[in-house]
Amino acid sequence: MTDIAATPRPSSGLAALFRHGRYVIGENKVTGFAFGLFIIIVLAAVIGPYIVPHDPLASDTAAALKGPSAKHWFGTDQLGRDVFSRVVVATRLDFFIAVASVALVFLMGGLAGVAAGFFGGWTDRIVGRIADTIMAFPLFVLAMGIVAALGNTVQNIILATAIVNFPLYARVARAEASVRREAGFVQAARLSGNGEFRILLAQVLPNIMPIMIVQMSLTMGYAILNAAGLSFIGLGVRPPTAEWGIMVAEGAAFMVSGEWWIAFFPGLALMVAVFCFNLLGDGLRDIVDPQRRT
Amino acid sequence: MTAIPLLDVRDLTVEFQTRRGIVSAVQHVNITVAKSETVAIVGESGSGKSVTSYAVMRILDRAGRIAEGSVMFTNIDVRQASEDDMRGLRGREISMIFQNPRAALNPIRKVGRQIEDVLLEHVKAAPSEVTEKAIEILDQVRIARPRERYHAYPFELSGGMCQRVVIALALACRPQLLIADEPTTGLDVTTQKTVMELVVELTRSLGMSTILITHDLGLAATYCDKVVVMEKGHVVETASARGIFTAPEHRYTRKLMRATPRPGVTLRDLLPEEETPSAPVATITKLLVADRKPLLVVEKLLKEYPRKGVEGVGGVMTKLLHRSPAPEPEIFRAVDGISFAVHRGESVGLVGESGCGKSTTSTMVMRLIDKTDGSIIFDGEDIGEIPAKQFAKLPMRRRIQMVFQDPTDSLNPRFTAARAIADPILRLSDLKGRDAIRARCEELALQVGLPVEFLDRFPHQLSGGQKARVGIARAIALKPDLIILDEPTAALDVSVQAVVLNLLQDLKESLGMSYLFVSHDLNVVRLLCDRVIVMKSGKIVEEGPTERVLFAPEAQYTRDLLAAIPHPTFEPVHADATRVAAGS
Repeated sequence: MTDIAATPRPSSGLAALFRHGRYVIGENKVTGFAFGLFIIIVLAAVIGPYIVPHDPLASDTAAALKGPSAKHWFGTDQLGRDVFSRVVVATRLDFFIAVASVALVFLMGGLAGVAAGFFGGWTDRIVGRIADTIMAFPLFVLAMGIVAALGNTVQNIILATAIVNFPLYARVARAEASVRREAGFVQAARLSGNGEFRILLAQVLPNIMPIMIVQMSLTMGYAILNAAGLSFIGLGVRPPTAEWGIMVAEGAAFMVSGEWWIAFFPGLALMVAVFCFNLLGDGLRDIVDPQRRT
Repeated sequence: MTAIPLLDVRDLTVEFQTRRGIVSAVQHVNITVAKSETVAIVGESGSGKSVTSYAVMRILDRAGRIAEGSVMFTNIDVRQASEDDMRGLRGREISMIFQNPRAALNPIRKVGRQIEDVLLEHVKAAPSEVTEKAIEILDQVRIARPRERYHAYPFELSGGMCQRVVIALALACRPQLLIADEPTTGLDVTTQKTVMELVVELTRSLGMSTILITHDLGLAATYCDKVVVMEKGHVVETASARGIFTAPEHRYTRKLMRATPRPGVTLRDLLPEEETPSAPVATITKLLVADRKPLLVVEKLLKEYPRKGVEGVGGVMTKLLHRSPAPEPEIFRAVDGISFAVHRGESVGLVGESGCGKSTTSTMVMRLIDKTDGSIIFDGEDIGEIPAKQFAKLPMRRRIQMVFQDPTDSLNPRFTAARAIADPILRLSDLKGRDAIRARCEELALQVGLPVEFLDRFPHQLSGGQKARVGIARAIALKPDLIILDEPTAALDVSVQAVVLNLLQDLKESLGMSYLFVSHDLNVVRLLCDRVIVMKSGKIVEEGPTERVLFAPEAQYTRDLLAAIPHPTFEPVHADATRVAAGS
């Protein structure tokens, strides 16, 4: 029996993925950079509130509207609060909203889409029409409507962000699942006595996870932007909570009088976060793309 | 031959840049093709035969480059030529036919237009007469009613027709060299015959040279003057077609020759000499089937599909507007009332060309799709009455299992080999507990000859033959009574096929299973089956013991199928006779 054993040494999936990840990050400098940014964002979200030099909510009218200095790196706002501390502390809230809404939309849209692609027929029609209905509205206006109707809470921002992203997830998952519906391994699973739901969850879903993870990374940026946008127009988190969208909104009024730093730094943080998640999404696509695996 | 050869490949080495360093796909290869000569490059997958031809055309992908050696086409140095010169060369002087004709044609452009594109690109026709020229070329490749077919889109033509259009494209500019890369691999054996005859005839009449890249020694020897055998990037033997077939010199060529299924050999003969088991098993176990109750009886089985696409948008509109009861939809009978039986311990071959209904029949027997009418009686119980959706969870499920055509597609890429084999055990057997299941997996791996340490690998870390073994292990895990083999070796190289076929035969004998072997390859069926059923257009045209059907076929269709298998005219001589021939 001579099968040519031209295969790499056996390794556990996780270790192989780690090696592969390190390879892709090492080869692609941009992905490595995005990954570094991602680590910084996560650190700021986790330990930010404990390391900032000032209390983000403490006002000091004597020091109001001061430009960036050694004491206040990003300057102070109209109430004398430290902009740097507020930007760092806000990371946790914005990051939490983004992660929670992406997780929620993955559960709703991802599962609905996989079921639609796998079962076809009525499931497909219902999920498809729901997605079409959501897509028929301008997405941000829809999100505004949901928050306005349900109330100004963090939960509702998360829900609204998840709902507007639903079609994206449902469609990607549906397309991926439908090409695997007739795959040989699905037939083989039927022969092994698996029921349809088990095949869907145990056989089909793991195969579309890589593409869904890429999708999640790409929509993280959008989710942050959406949450900040809602706060900016006053439909999101309420002041005085530190949140990038509110801070930009508050600072906007002072732009004309020359106090640019109040809006600029939270805006920059927002941009960097969105930029980071988009780059990371591209990098993750490289990692999961079988074309790049040899 | 003293004249300058048309193509002279000298000492060619092609390297690919990969993340594990530089890999040489082809090393120090020498091939010459004289004017109007037909040369075959034969080898198994990974032998570098395609890479060699891509290097000649200089269409290697970005990671690949010609590292050493030279490629001279007439007096042009392909390695040094500018990209502009190469563009002129490709299509006008050297053209290529690819494996999948449908992928090679633009799906949204009429086939006639695609031929015109080539003619205009290389200024072989004036715009005013290009249509006439294209029709003339279609006629040349023997497409009936070329004036109508000029307006056809690729999806409206059959696979054989598409390949003819591709040949028409390749020959449109009367190139000097035609490279055909597995031109008939996806085609039925009768279509293969007409396509190959067409290629040979056209190239001969136009005085062209041809390089035929194939894995099939029989095909190479039948249609070519010279055969180049490649193994792992090296040319191991170059000889005339007759020479290769009557007196193969290299070990690898002999191994390849042995492994090719052909008339007059047994399964054991396919294995390399040194690996033949010491105690040869009787090739086909003769069973007294008459006095036993059959395991599977299929009676008047019928499967109908509504014909799609005939009504189109217009039909849907009419239906919507008039709200009248829909007219009786036109139906297509994939399987048209067939009856047959499979006895215990018997293997039955189900043979036919694509679209004959053999796969539909087997999936119905497998209870993956529902029948339209008729009955499927398995061990006395009519399982045809149970809907396919419910059948998955019944205890009966474990008694009928299947080995799939494509070993890669039939394994979940996210499951290890052990997990794939354990799946039916987890779902359908009483065996519980991690260790017990693991032990059973290891036992099965040993049974199918898969090294136990490979059980923890993922499918992409296994070779084609190893994946086939995993698929077989999964099928026999529940000790089924009947296994349906759906072209289990069609995606494998001949030497791997030889090993897998032998494995299947051994397993059948040791486990006492019955096989329903679905295949288009009569030579393979001949080796493994006791009885053969030949199907055409959903009906059985002939049925009987293998020997009788294949050596004295009654139906004209069976005779056509047999005649289409490429047989070189000179009889292959066995190893011991070779020495005599060489000595005389």
